[in-house]
Amino acid sequence: MWQAVYAELKDQGVEILAVALDTGGKKAVEAAIRAADCRERPEALARLMGWSPALWARQAPPTYTCLIDEAHVVAELYGITNVPQGVWIDEQGRIVRPAESAGTIDMVRSMNRETFEIPDADAERGMAHRDAYIDALRDWAKHGAASGYALSPEEVRKRMRGPSAADVLAATHVRLGRHLYAKGQLERAKHHFKEAVRLCPESWNYRRQSNMLDPDKVGTLNSGPDFWEAVDARGDRQFYPPADLGQTA
Amino acid sequence: MTNTTLLYDDRVTENVAATREGQHLWLAPADMQAATGWKLETEGLCRGDACVRVQPTWTKDGKVDLAAFARHMGQPMLEDGNAIAFGESVGTRHDALFSLEAPDFTLPDLDGKLHSLSDFRGKKVFMFSWGSY
Repeated sequence: MWQAVYAELKDQGVEILAVALDTGGKKAVEAAIRAADCRERPEALARLMGWSPALWARQAPPTYTCLIDEAHVVAELYGITNVPQGVWIDEQGRIVRPAESAGTIDMVRSMNRETFEIPDADAERGMAHRDAYIDALRDWAKHGAASGYALSPEEVRKRMRGPSAADVLAATHVRLGRHLYAKGQLERAKHHFKEAVRLCPESWNYRRQSNMLDPDKVGTLNSGPDFWEAVDARGDRQFYPPADLGQTA
Repeated sequence: MTNTTLLYDDRVTENVAATREGQHLWLAPADMQAATGWKLETEGLCRGDACVRVQPTWTKDGKVDLAAFARHMGQPMLEDGNAIAFGESVGTRHDALFSLEAPDFTLPDLDGKLHSLSDFRGKKVFMFSWGSY
């Protein structure tokens, strides 16, 4: 888990910043942060997310910084559309890898939607990719700018998607929706999150968030029919396009 | 109306005396400055190093039209009940992102303690998103 990665890399000058894009705020995320990392979640999820048994066994409560972003501001700033997505920022505060899937690959089609179980072959593939992503992180920790995984400015820009008019309008809906949610105007809040989803169908954060604002759903996992319907509607397009770990240096 | 809530950048300003009139949103300059940081000066509406020339139609009876200003700046504006939210322009977001300088932000941790990305300058930062959902 990330805590194990942090324990390994923090002495090499790497800080980990976990940002919970969660309008439910502290109430929604507390259990997952305070508990031993993701221990409360089924082991099937570890396989799904590609965590090797070795890393899964080293779960511990995070000592890295865990922030709560109720208004999804960081998503707006960095073009983050799903969880987990990672961004690498160097010592000078420059982006050296823009938002991309943080070591997770697409398993949604082969997985059992009740148990989250996936076939062994897919689990192997997922673990291999997760390990490769963490190895890339280790390489960057060791070699800094000389690491082939720290991308050139041209390559970073090439991989970024510029914000559209729909994106900034959606972010404004989320800003308003989060305010109304905090004021207890749940139905109005939901309306604005749905508008954000309509404007940015590729933002899975908005989509999941819009489904999870009811008090009895805050802090739980969105895997209802509405979610699967949206996943199915993608056809062959990937849900988690894997991070492109080809080296440029 | 006198009880408008304005959401602008990360500012939330409640009980603003604002008058909605068709496409206009009239505010006293002092209220506009408090809610948005934009101050009416002789050069125009200014904030930090930036000044935007005020168009003749933006002022009336000593008030400033925040809606017209936002349109000019390309900022989306949305209204719900007495709350009005302003977004960022595509250009602002695009320039911030493509400069590759990681946009700064300040957010609370579980204990309410605030952290900024810029606190970590001098370290390599691996930032990842997650959600309880």
